Amino acid sequence: MSPDDRMTVAAARVLRDGAVCFVGIGLPSTAANLARRTHAPDLVLIYEAGAIGAKPTRLPLSIGDGELGETADAVVGVPEIFNYWLQPGRIDVGFLGAAQIDRFANINTTVIGGDYDRPMVRLPGAGGAPEIAASCGEVIVIVRQSPRTFRERVDFVTSVGYGAGRGDRERLGLPGRGPVKVITDLGILEPDPETCELTLTHVHEGIGADAAREATGWPLAVAGDLRVISPPTSPELAALRALTSA
Amino acid sequence: MAVITPLDEAVAALVGDGDTVALEGFTHLIPFAAAHEIIRQGRRELTLVRMTPDLVFDRMIGAGCARRLVFSWGGNPGVGSLHRFRDAVERDWPHPLELEEHSHAGMANRYVAGASGLPFAVMRGYVGTDLPARTATIRPVRCPFTGEELTAVSALRPDVAIVHAQRADRAGNVQLWGLAGVQKEAVLAAVRSLVTVEEVVDELDPRPGAVVLPSWAVTRVAEAPEGARPSYALGYYDRDNDAYRAWDAISRDRAAFGRWLEREVMGATA
Repeated sequence: MSPDDRMTVAAARVLRDGAVCFVGIGLPSTAANLARRTHAPDLVLIYEAGAIGAKPTRLPLSIGDGELGETADAVVGVPEIFNYWLQPGRIDVGFLGAAQIDRFANINTTVIGGDYDRPMVRLPGAGGAPEIAASCGEVIVIVRQSPRTFRERVDFVTSVGYGAGRGDRERLGLPGRGPVKVITDLGILEPDPETCELTLTHVHEGIGADAAREATGWPLAVAGDLRVISPPTSPELAALRALTSA
Repeated sequence: MAVITPLDEAVAALVGDGDTVALEGFTHLIPFAAAHEIIRQGRRELTLVRMTPDLVFDRMIGAGCARRLVFSWGGNPGVGSLHRFRDAVERDWPHPLELEEHSHAGMANRYVAGASGLPFAVMRGYVGTDLPARTATIRPVRCPFTGEELTAVSALRPDVAIVHAQRADRAGNVQLWGLAGVQKEAVLAAVRSLVTVEEVVDELDPRPGAVVLPSWAVTRVAEAPEGARPSYALGYYDRDNDAYRAWDAISRDRAAFGRWLEREVMGATA
Protein backbone atom coordinates (compact mmCIF):
# COMPACT_ATOMS: atom_id res chain seq x y z
CA MET A 1 0.00 0.00 0.00
CA SER A 2 1.50 3.33 -1.07
CA PRO A 3 1.09 6.76 0.60
CA ASP A 4 -0.99 7.74 -2.45
CA ASP A 5 -3.34 4.82 -1.76
CA ARG A 6 -3.94 6.01 1.79
CA MET A 7 -4.53 9.54 0.58
CA THR A 8 -6.95 8.40 -2.11
CA VAL A 9 -8.93 6.21 0.29
CA ALA A 10 -9.10 9.01 2.88
CA ALA A 11 -10.38 11.37 0.19
CA ALA A 12 -12.98 8.89 -1.05
CA ARG A 13 -14.35 8.43 2.48
CA VAL A 14 -15.26 12.09 2.91
CA LEU A 15 -17.63 12.04 -0.07
CA ARG A 16 -21.13 11.31 1.15
CA ASP A 17 -23.49 9.16 -0.88
CA GLY A 18 -25.83 11.15 -3.09
CA ALA A 19 -23.62 14.24 -3.21
CA VAL A 20 -23.05 16.00 -6.51
CA CYS A 21 -19.33 16.24 -7.12
CA PHE A 22 -17.32 18.25 -9.68
CA VAL A 23 -14.32 16.10 -10.46
CA GLY A 24 -10.88 17.06 -11.76
CA ILE A 25 -8.62 14.60 -13.52
CA GLY A 26 -5.94 12.60 -11.64
CA LEU A 27 -6.17 11.86 -7.90
CA PRO A 28 -9.57 13.61 -7.47
CA SER A 29 -11.06 11.45 -10.20
CA THR A 30 -9.57 8.29 -8.68
CA ALA A 31 -10.93 9.16 -5.22
CA ALA A 32 -14.40 10.09 -6.49
CA ASN A 33 -14.69 6.90 -8.52
CA LEU A 34 -13.48 4.86 -5.54
CA ALA A 35 -16.20 6.42 -3.38
CA ARG A 36 -18.80 5.52 -6.01
CA ARG A 37 -17.62 1.90 -5.94
CA THR A 38 -17.57 1.60 -2.16
CA HIS A 39 -19.82 3.54 0.22
CA ALA A 40 -21.33 6.09 -2.19
CA PRO A 41 -22.92 4.32 -5.19
CA ASP A 42 -25.22 7.29 -5.81
CA LEU A 43 -22.47 9.91 -5.92
CA VAL A 44 -23.08 12.09 -8.97
CA LEU A 45 -19.87 12.79 -10.91
CA ILE A 46 -19.66 15.89 -13.08
CA TYR A 47 -16.75 16.36 -15.45
CA GLU A 48 -16.14 19.77 -16.99
CA ALA A 49 -16.03 18.43 -20.56
CA GLY A 50 -19.82 18.19 -20.33
CA ALA A 51 -20.59 14.85 -18.64
CA ILE A 52 -23.23 15.01 -15.90
CA GLY A 53 -23.63 11.82 -13.87
CA ALA A 54 -20.74 9.96 -15.50
CA LYS A 55 -20.31 6.32 -14.46
CA PRO A 56 -16.98 5.25 -15.92
CA THR A 57 -15.98 1.60 -15.53
CA ARG A 58 -12.31 2.43 -15.93
CA LEU A 59 -10.45 5.55 -14.86
CA PRO A 60 -10.35 8.17 -17.58
CA LEU A 61 -6.89 9.51 -18.51
CA SER A 62 -8.43 12.76 -19.61
CA ILE A 63 -11.37 14.86 -18.51
CA GLY A 64 -13.17 14.24 -21.78
CA ASP A 65 -12.58 10.55 -22.47
CA GLY A 66 -15.37 8.94 -24.51
CA GLU A 67 -16.39 6.72 -21.61
CA LEU A 68 -17.47 9.74 -19.57
CA GLY A 69 -19.91 10.97 -22.19
CA GLU A 70 -21.20 7.51 -23.04
CA THR A 71 -22.02 6.62 -19.42
CA ALA A 72 -23.42 10.02 -18.41
CA ASP A 73 -27.02 10.86 -17.48
CA ALA A 74 -26.70 13.97 -19.63
CA VAL A 75 -24.12 15.43 -21.96
CA VAL A 76 -24.05 19.21 -22.24
CA GLY A 77 -21.77 21.86 -23.72
CA VAL A 78 -18.95 23.43 -21.75
CA PRO A 79 -20.66 26.85 -21.35
CA GLU A 80 -23.67 25.07 -19.85
CA ILE A 81 -21.58 23.08 -17.36
CA PHE A 82 -20.13 26.29 -15.94
CA ASN A 83 -23.09 28.65 -16.34
CA TYR A 84 -26.13 26.47 -15.57
CA TRP A 85 -24.67 23.84 -13.25
CA LEU A 86 -21.66 25.23 -11.39
CA GLN A 87 -22.32 28.99 -11.15
CA PRO A 88 -25.80 28.91 -9.46
CA GLY A 89 -24.56 26.56 -6.72
CA ARG A 90 -26.03 23.23 -7.88
CA ILE A 91 -22.84 21.32 -7.11
CA ASP A 92 -22.14 20.18 -3.55
CA VAL A 93 -18.47 19.30 -3.65
CA GLY A 94 -15.56 20.47 -5.76
CA PHE A 95 -12.50 18.29 -5.77
CA LEU A 96 -9.22 20.01 -6.62
CA GLY A 97 -5.49 19.33 -6.80
CA ALA A 98 -2.73 21.93 -6.31
CA ALA A 99 0.88 22.62 -7.25
CA GLN A 100 1.17 25.00 -4.29
CA ILE A 101 -1.19 25.67 -1.38
CA ASP A 102 -0.82 28.24 1.41
CA ARG A 103 -1.91 28.34 5.05
CA PHE A 104 -5.31 29.74 4.07
CA ALA A 105 -5.78 27.09 1.39
CA ASN A 106 -5.29 29.38 -1.59
CA ILE A 107 -4.16 27.34 -4.57
CA ASN A 108 -1.59 27.94 -7.30
CA THR A 109 -1.62 26.00 -10.56
CA THR A 110 -0.26 28.80 -12.77
CA VAL A 111 3.44 29.66 -12.35
CA ILE A 112 6.28 28.89 -9.93
CA GLY A 113 9.29 31.14 -9.39
CA GLY A 114 10.55 34.06 -11.45
CA ASP A 115 7.75 36.36 -12.50
CA TYR A 116 4.56 35.76 -14.41
CA ASP A 117 6.04 36.62 -17.79
CA ARG A 118 9.22 34.62 -17.24
CA PRO A 119 8.46 31.92 -14.68
CA MET A 120 10.85 29.19 -13.55
CA VAL A 121 8.06 26.69 -14.13
CA ARG A 122 5.04 27.33 -16.26
CA LEU A 123 2.18 25.17 -14.91
CA PRO A 124 -0.99 24.36 -16.90
CA GLY A 125 -3.05 27.22 -15.43
CA ALA A 126 -6.56 27.62 -14.11
CA GLY A 127 -8.84 25.28 -16.03
CA GLY A 128 -12.12 25.06 -14.16
CA ALA A 129 -10.58 25.53 -10.72
CA PRO A 130 -11.20 29.23 -9.89
CA GLU A 131 -14.96 28.95 -10.33
CA ILE A 132 -15.10 25.48 -8.75
CA ALA A 133 -13.31 26.91 -5.70
CA ALA A 134 -15.71 29.87 -5.64
CA SER A 135 -19.09 28.26 -6.32
CA CYS A 136 -19.18 24.65 -5.13
CA GLY A 137 -20.92 24.14 -1.78
CA GLU A 138 -17.58 23.05 -0.40
CA VAL A 139 -14.14 22.13 -1.70
CA ILE A 140 -11.87 19.21 -0.96
CA VAL A 141 -8.22 19.47 -1.94
CA ILE A 142 -6.09 16.40 -2.50
CA VAL A 143 -2.35 17.01 -2.69
CA ARG A 144 0.93 15.38 -1.61
CA GLN A 145 2.41 17.25 1.34
CA SER A 146 5.93 18.72 1.03
CA PRO A 147 7.64 22.04 1.80
CA ARG A 148 7.78 22.72 -1.95
CA THR A 149 3.99 22.45 -2.18
CA PHE A 150 2.85 23.77 1.23
CA ARG A 151 4.04 27.38 1.06
CA GLU A 152 3.65 30.32 3.43
CA ARG A 153 2.50 32.24 0.34
CA VAL A 154 1.69 30.81 -3.05
CA ASP A 155 3.52 32.34 -6.03
CA PHE A 156 0.20 32.99 -7.80
CA VAL A 157 -3.38 32.78 -6.55
CA THR A 158 -5.18 30.73 -9.19
CA SER A 159 -8.07 29.66 -6.94
CA VAL A 160 -9.14 31.27 -3.70
CA GLY A 161 -9.36 29.32 -0.45
CA TYR A 162 -9.79 31.72 2.47
CA GLY A 163 -7.82 34.64 1.00
CA ALA A 164 -5.96 36.35 3.86
CA GLY A 165 -8.12 34.69 6.50
CA ARG A 166 -11.54 34.70 8.11
CA GLY A 167 -14.19 36.85 6.45
CA ASP A 168 -12.37 37.17 3.14
CA ARG A 169 -14.66 34.83 1.22
CA GLU A 170 -17.70 36.81 2.34
CA ARG A 171 -15.96 40.09 1.52
CA LEU A 172 -15.10 38.80 -1.98
CA GLY A 173 -18.65 37.50 -2.47
CA LEU A 174 -17.63 33.88 -2.99
CA PRO A 175 -20.81 31.82 -2.47
CA GLY A 176 -19.34 28.43 -1.43
CA ARG A 177 -17.86 27.58 1.97
CA GLY A 178 -14.39 27.03 0.52
CA PRO A 179 -11.92 24.21 1.24
CA VAL A 180 -13.19 22.16 4.18
CA LYS A 181 -10.50 19.48 3.98
CA VAL A 182 -7.02 19.22 2.52
CA ILE A 183 -6.20 15.54 2.25
CA THR A 184 -2.56 14.58 1.91
CA ASP A 185 -0.30 11.55 2.02
CA LEU A 186 0.45 12.46 5.66
CA GLY A 187 -2.99 13.32 7.00
CA ILE A 188 -5.88 15.77 6.83
CA LEU A 189 -5.80 19.53 7.37
CA GLU A 190 -8.95 21.51 8.12
CA PRO A 191 -9.52 25.25 8.46
CA ASP A 192 -9.57 26.51 12.04
CA PRO A 193 -13.17 27.57 12.81
CA GLU A 194 -11.98 30.95 14.13
CA THR A 195 -9.08 31.90 11.85
CA CYS A 196 -9.54 29.66 8.77
CA GLU A 197 -5.84 28.71 9.04
CA LEU A 198 -5.21 25.15 7.91
CA THR A 199 -4.72 22.93 10.95
CA LEU A 200 -3.58 19.33 11.04
CA THR A 201 -6.51 17.36 12.46
CA HIS A 202 -5.76 13.80 11.33
CA VAL A 203 -2.69 11.76 10.47
CA HIS A 204 -2.38 8.45 8.69
CA GLU A 205 -1.35 5.50 10.83
CA GLY A 206 2.35 5.63 11.66
CA ILE A 207 2.73 9.33 10.79
CA GLY A 208 3.56 11.80 13.57
CA ALA A 209 2.71 15.49 13.78
CA ASP A 210 6.42 16.28 13.38
CA ALA A 211 6.54 14.63 9.97
CA ALA A 212 3.66 16.84 8.88
CA ARG A 213 5.34 19.95 10.36
CA GLU A 214 8.54 19.18 8.44
CA ALA A 215 6.56 18.82 5.23
CA THR A 216 4.93 22.24 5.65
CA GLY A 217 6.45 25.58 4.66
CA TRP A 218 4.90 27.51 7.57
CA PRO A 219 4.63 26.79 11.31
CA LEU A 220 1.86 24.21 11.10
CA ALA A 221 -0.92 24.36 13.67
CA VAL A 222 -1.84 20.95 15.09
CA ALA A 223 -5.19 20.13 16.66
CA GLY A 224 -5.16 19.26 20.35
CA ASP A 225 -7.13 16.10 19.66
CA LEU A 226 -5.09 14.90 16.67
CA ARG A 227 -6.72 11.73 15.41
CA VAL A 228 -5.39 8.76 13.46
CA ILE A 229 -7.11 7.82 10.20
CA SER A 230 -8.07 4.18 10.21
CA PRO A 231 -6.06 2.36 7.56
CA PRO A 232 -7.67 1.37 4.26
CA THR A 233 -9.75 -1.79 4.55
CA SER A 234 -9.32 -4.78 2.26
CA PRO A 235 -12.54 -4.00 0.34
CA GLU A 236 -11.38 -0.41 -0.16
CA LEU A 237 -7.98 -1.51 -1.41
CA ALA A 238 -9.52 -4.17 -3.65
CA ALA A 239 -11.86 -1.58 -5.18
CA LEU A 240 -8.94 0.80 -5.69
CA ARG A 241 -6.88 -1.91 -7.39
CA ALA A 242 -9.79 -2.85 -9.63
CA LEU A 243 -10.17 0.80 -10.60
CA THR A 244 -6.52 1.56 -11.31
CA SER A 245 -5.75 -1.70 -13.11
CA ALA A 246 -8.84 -1.63 -15.37
CA MET B 1 -23.36 27.75 -48.17
CA ALA B 2 -20.27 25.88 -47.07
CA VAL B 3 -17.91 24.94 -49.86
CA ILE B 4 -16.55 21.41 -49.66
CA THR B 5 -12.88 21.39 -50.68
CA PRO B 6 -9.73 19.42 -49.97
CA LEU B 7 -8.14 20.28 -46.62
CA ASP B 8 -5.03 21.97 -48.02
CA GLU B 9 -7.13 24.29 -50.19
CA ALA B 10 -9.44 25.12 -47.30
CA VAL B 11 -6.56 26.01 -44.98
CA ALA B 12 -4.84 28.06 -47.70
CA ALA B 13 -8.07 29.97 -48.33
CA LEU B 14 -8.94 30.66 -44.69
CA VAL B 15 -5.78 30.95 -42.59
CA GLY B 16 -3.27 33.74 -43.20
CA ASP B 17 -0.18 34.93 -41.32
CA GLY B 18 -1.09 37.03 -38.28
CA ASP B 19 -4.65 35.70 -38.05
CA THR B 20 -6.44 34.87 -34.82
CA VAL B 21 -7.27 31.19 -35.16
CA ALA B 22 -9.42 29.18 -32.75
CA LEU B 23 -9.21 25.38 -32.86
CA GLU B 24 -11.76 23.82 -30.54
CA GLY B 25 -12.74 20.35 -29.40
CA PHE B 26 -12.63 19.59 -25.66
CA THR B 27 -10.60 16.35 -25.55
CA HIS B 28 -13.04 14.98 -28.14
CA LEU B 29 -12.85 15.86 -31.87
CA ILE B 30 -9.66 17.93 -31.72
CA PRO B 31 -8.84 19.10 -35.29
CA PHE B 32 -5.30 17.71 -35.53
CA ALA B 33 -5.28 17.20 -39.31
CA ALA B 34 -6.09 20.87 -39.90
CA ALA B 35 -3.42 21.96 -37.40
CA HIS B 36 -0.83 19.84 -39.16
CA GLU B 37 -1.82 21.41 -42.48
CA ILE B 38 -1.36 24.91 -40.99
CA ILE B 39 2.13 23.84 -39.86
CA ARG B 40 2.92 22.47 -43.34
CA GLN B 41 1.79 25.69 -44.97
CA GLY B 42 4.25 27.57 -42.76
CA ARG B 43 1.81 30.03 -41.21
CA ARG B 44 3.46 32.48 -38.77
CA GLU B 45 2.55 35.11 -36.15
CA LEU B 46 -0.78 33.47 -35.37
CA THR B 47 -2.81 34.21 -32.27
CA LEU B 48 -3.89 30.72 -31.27
CA VAL B 49 -7.12 30.42 -29.27
CA ARG B 50 -8.17 27.27 -27.48
CA MET B 51 -9.40 26.39 -23.98
CA THR B 52 -7.04 23.42 -23.67
CA PRO B 53 -3.97 23.88 -25.90
CA ASP B 54 -3.34 20.11 -25.69
CA LEU B 55 -0.87 18.38 -28.02
CA VAL B 56 -2.39 20.18 -30.99
CA PHE B 57 -1.11 23.62 -29.94
CA ASP B 58 2.07 22.18 -28.41
CA ARG B 59 2.94 21.12 -31.96
CA MET B 60 1.97 24.44 -33.54
CA ILE B 61 3.90 26.41 -30.90
CA GLY B 62 6.98 24.20 -31.30
CA ALA B 63 6.75 24.53 -35.07
CA GLY B 64 6.89 28.33 -34.74
CA CYS B 65 3.35 29.19 -35.89
CA ALA B 66 2.34 31.19 -32.82
CA ARG B 67 3.00 34.68 -31.53
CA ARG B 68 0.28 34.69 -28.89
CA LEU B 69 -1.79 32.11 -27.03
CA VAL B 70 -5.28 32.64 -25.59
CA PHE B 71 -6.12 29.70 -23.32
CA SER B 72 -7.34 28.37 -19.99
CA TRP B 73 -5.54 25.06 -19.27
CA GLY B 74 -2.25 24.11 -20.93
CA GLY B 75 -1.32 20.60 -19.83
CA ASN B 76 -1.18 17.08 -21.23
CA PRO B 77 -4.24 15.66 -19.44
CA GLY B 78 -3.35 12.91 -16.96
CA VAL B 79 0.25 12.92 -18.21
CA GLY B 80 1.93 16.22 -17.27
CA SER B 81 3.36 19.26 -19.00
CA LEU B 82 3.11 20.50 -22.55
CA HIS B 83 6.86 20.84 -23.07
CA ARG B 84 6.82 22.93 -26.27
CA PHE B 85 4.44 25.39 -24.59
CA ARG B 86 6.68 25.52 -21.52
CA ASP B 87 9.83 25.93 -23.60
CA ALA B 88 8.26 28.90 -25.38
CA VAL B 89 7.11 30.60 -22.14
CA GLU B 90 10.14 29.76 -20.00
CA ARG B 91 12.92 30.06 -22.62
CA ASP B 92 11.43 31.86 -25.66
CA TRP B 93 11.97 28.85 -27.93
CA PRO B 94 11.49 28.89 -30.87
CA HIS B 95 10.47 32.49 -30.10
CA PRO B 96 8.60 34.38 -27.36
CA LEU B 97 4.95 33.54 -26.76
CA GLU B 98 2.56 36.15 -25.36
CA LEU B 99 -0.16 34.76 -23.12
CA GLU B 100 -3.76 35.80 -22.56
CA GLU B 101 -4.86 33.56 -19.77
CA HIS B 102 -8.36 32.77 -18.53
CA SER B 103 -10.31 30.12 -16.66
CA HIS B 104 -12.46 27.58 -18.51
CA ALA B 105 -15.63 29.39 -17.41
CA GLY B 106 -14.21 32.64 -18.72
CA MET B 107 -13.20 31.21 -22.10
CA ALA B 108 -16.55 29.46 -22.53
CA ASN B 109 -18.38 32.70 -21.79
CA ARG B 110 -16.14 34.65 -24.18
CA TYR B 111 -17.14 32.29 -27.00
CA VAL B 112 -20.82 32.60 -26.04
CA ALA B 113 -20.54 36.40 -26.20
CA GLY B 114 -18.85 36.18 -29.60
CA ALA B 115 -21.48 33.79 -30.93
CA SER B 116 -24.21 36.06 -29.54
CA GLY B 117 -22.88 39.19 -31.19
CA LEU B 118 -22.24 40.84 -27.82
CA PRO B 119 -19.07 42.70 -26.81
CA PHE B 120 -18.71 40.86 -23.50
CA ALA B 121 -20.20 38.23 -21.24
CA VAL B 122 -21.13 38.54 -17.57
CA MET B 123 -20.24 35.88 -15.05
CA ARG B 124 -19.27 35.22 -11.47
CA GLY B 125 -15.61 34.41 -11.53
CA TYR B 126 -11.95 35.30 -11.05
CA VAL B 127 -12.69 37.33 -7.89
CA GLY B 128 -9.79 37.22 -5.45
CA THR B 129 -7.44 35.49 -7.90
CA ASP B 130 -4.32 36.99 -9.49
CA LEU B 131 -5.70 36.48 -13.01
CA PRO B 132 -7.46 39.85 -13.53
CA ALA B 133 -4.18 41.68 -12.84
CA ARG B 134 -2.54 39.75 -15.69
CA THR B 135 -5.35 39.57 -18.21
CA ALA B 136 -6.79 42.78 -19.67
CA THR B 137 -9.88 41.00 -21.01
CA ILE B 138 -11.21 40.43 -17.45
CA ARG B 139 -12.87 43.47 -15.81
CA PRO B 140 -15.36 44.11 -13.03
CA VAL B 141 -18.84 45.21 -14.11
CA ARG B 142 -21.81 46.43 -12.07
CA CYS B 143 -25.27 44.98 -12.56
CA PRO B 144 -27.58 47.86 -13.65
CA PHE B 145 -30.53 46.26 -11.82
CA THR B 146 -29.13 45.13 -8.47
CA GLY B 147 -25.86 47.03 -8.24
CA GLU B 148 -24.00 43.79 -7.64
CA GLU B 149 -20.41 43.70 -8.85
CA LEU B 150 -19.81 40.89 -11.31
CA THR B 151 -17.06 39.97 -13.78
CA ALA B 152 -17.07 40.86 -17.47
CA VAL B 153 -14.95 39.00 -20.02
CA SER B 154 -14.57 40.38 -23.52
CA ALA B 155 -16.03 38.47 -26.47
CA LEU B 156 -13.87 36.19 -28.60
CA ARG B 157 -14.22 36.97 -32.27
CA PRO B 158 -11.58 34.87 -34.06
CA ASP B 159 -10.75 35.43 -37.73
CA VAL B 160 -11.13 31.70 -38.22
CA ALA B 161 -12.55 28.86 -36.14
CA ILE B 162 -11.62 25.30 -36.99
CA VAL B 163 -13.43 22.28 -35.55
CA HIS B 164 -13.69 18.60 -36.40
CA ALA B 165 -17.00 16.71 -36.67
CA GLN B 166 -18.12 13.21 -37.47
CA ARG B 167 -20.00 13.94 -40.68
CA ALA B 168 -21.28 16.39 -43.23
CA ASP B 169 -23.71 15.88 -46.07
CA ARG B 170 -22.95 16.89 -49.66
CA ALA B 171 -24.55 20.28 -49.11
CA GLY B 172 -22.09 20.98 -46.29
CA ASN B 173 -24.45 20.59 -43.33
CA VAL B 174 -22.37 19.38 -40.38
CA GLN B 175 -23.35 16.91 -37.66
CA LEU B 176 -21.36 16.16 -34.52
CA TRP B 177 -22.28 14.25 -31.38
CA GLY B 178 -20.87 13.17 -28.04
CA LEU B 179 -19.03 15.69 -25.84
CA ALA B 180 -19.46 18.86 -27.88
CA GLY B 181 -17.31 21.30 -25.90
CA VAL B 182 -17.50 24.84 -27.29
CA GLN B 183 -17.37 23.92 -30.98
CA LYS B 184 -20.70 25.44 -31.95
CA GLU B 185 -19.93 28.65 -30.06
CA ALA B 186 -16.45 28.88 -31.65
CA VAL B 187 -17.83 28.49 -35.19
CA LEU B 188 -20.59 31.05 -34.60
CA ALA B 189 -18.19 33.50 -32.93
CA ALA B 190 -15.71 33.45 -35.80
CA VAL B 191 -15.64 35.51 -38.99
CA ARG B 192 -14.76 32.43 -41.08
CA SER B 193 -14.96 28.73 -40.24
CA LEU B 194 -13.61 25.40 -41.36
CA VAL B 195 -15.10 22.09 -40.29
CA THR B 196 -13.12 18.95 -41.03
CA VAL B 197 -15.17 15.76 -40.99
CA GLU B 198 -14.58 12.03 -40.79
CA GLU B 199 -16.75 11.54 -43.85
CA VAL B 200 -19.09 13.24 -46.26
CA VAL B 201 -22.31 11.23 -46.59
CA ASP B 202 -25.44 11.40 -48.73
CA GLU B 203 -27.77 11.86 -45.80
CA LEU B 204 -27.39 12.80 -42.11
CA ASP B 205 -29.60 10.38 -40.18
CA PRO B 206 -30.63 11.80 -36.81
CA ARG B 207 -28.43 11.15 -33.78
CA PRO B 208 -29.54 11.74 -30.16
CA GLY B 209 -28.14 14.98 -28.83
CA ALA B 210 -26.32 15.85 -32.03
CA VAL B 211 -25.19 19.37 -32.77
CA VAL B 212 -26.03 20.42 -36.31
CA LEU B 213 -24.30 23.33 -37.98
CA PRO B 214 -26.29 24.32 -41.05
CA SER B 215 -24.28 24.68 -44.22
CA TRP B 216 -24.94 28.41 -44.45
CA ALA B 217 -23.29 28.98 -41.05
CA VAL B 218 -20.01 27.35 -42.11
CA THR B 219 -17.44 28.68 -44.62
CA ARG B 220 -15.68 25.49 -45.67
CA VAL B 221 -15.97 21.77 -45.05
CA ALA B 222 -13.08 19.40 -45.75
CA GLU B 223 -13.00 15.64 -45.48
CA ALA B 224 -10.23 14.50 -43.12
CA PRO B 225 -10.68 10.85 -42.14
CA GLU B 226 -9.08 10.19 -38.75
CA GLY B 227 -8.49 13.92 -38.65
CA ALA B 228 -8.89 14.08 -34.87
CA ARG B 229 -6.22 11.48 -34.02
CA PRO B 230 -4.72 11.06 -31.43
CA SER B 231 -7.87 12.52 -29.83
CA TYR B 232 -11.04 10.66 -30.68
CA ALA B 233 -14.20 10.76 -32.73
CA LEU B 234 -17.14 9.08 -31.01
CA GLY B 235 -18.50 6.34 -33.24
CA TYR B 236 -15.29 6.19 -35.32
CA TYR B 237 -12.23 5.64 -33.11
CA ASP B 238 -11.10 5.86 -29.48
CA ARG B 239 -8.67 8.28 -27.90
CA ASP B 240 -5.08 7.08 -28.39
CA ASN B 241 -3.98 7.44 -24.77
CA ASP B 242 -0.63 5.79 -25.57
CA ALA B 243 0.12 8.55 -28.07
CA TYR B 244 -0.65 11.16 -25.40
CA ARG B 245 1.75 9.40 -23.01
CA ALA B 246 4.42 9.03 -25.72
CA TRP B 247 4.21 12.75 -26.51
CA ASP B 248 5.86 13.53 -23.17
CA ALA B 249 9.24 12.11 -24.27
CA ILE B 250 8.98 13.33 -27.88
CA SER B 251 8.14 16.89 -26.89
CA ARG B 252 10.58 17.17 -23.97
CA ASP B 253 13.58 17.46 -26.30
CA ARG B 254 13.83 20.10 -29.07
CA ALA B 255 15.75 17.80 -31.43
CA ALA B 256 13.43 14.84 -30.88
CA PHE B 257 10.45 17.12 -31.48
CA GLY B 258 12.09 18.43 -34.68
CA ARG B 259 12.63 14.92 -36.00
CA TRP B 260 9.06 13.96 -35.12
CA LEU B 261 7.69 17.06 -36.85
CA GLU B 262 9.74 16.41 -39.98
CA ARG B 263 8.65 12.79 -40.16
CA GLU B 264 5.00 12.94 -39.08
CA VAL B 265 3.87 16.37 -40.28
CA MET B 266 6.18 17.91 -42.87
CA GLY B 267 6.69 14.58 -44.66
CA ALA B 268 2.96 13.87 -44.83
CA THR B 269 0.22 15.34 -46.99
CA ALA B 270 -3.28 16.49 -46.22
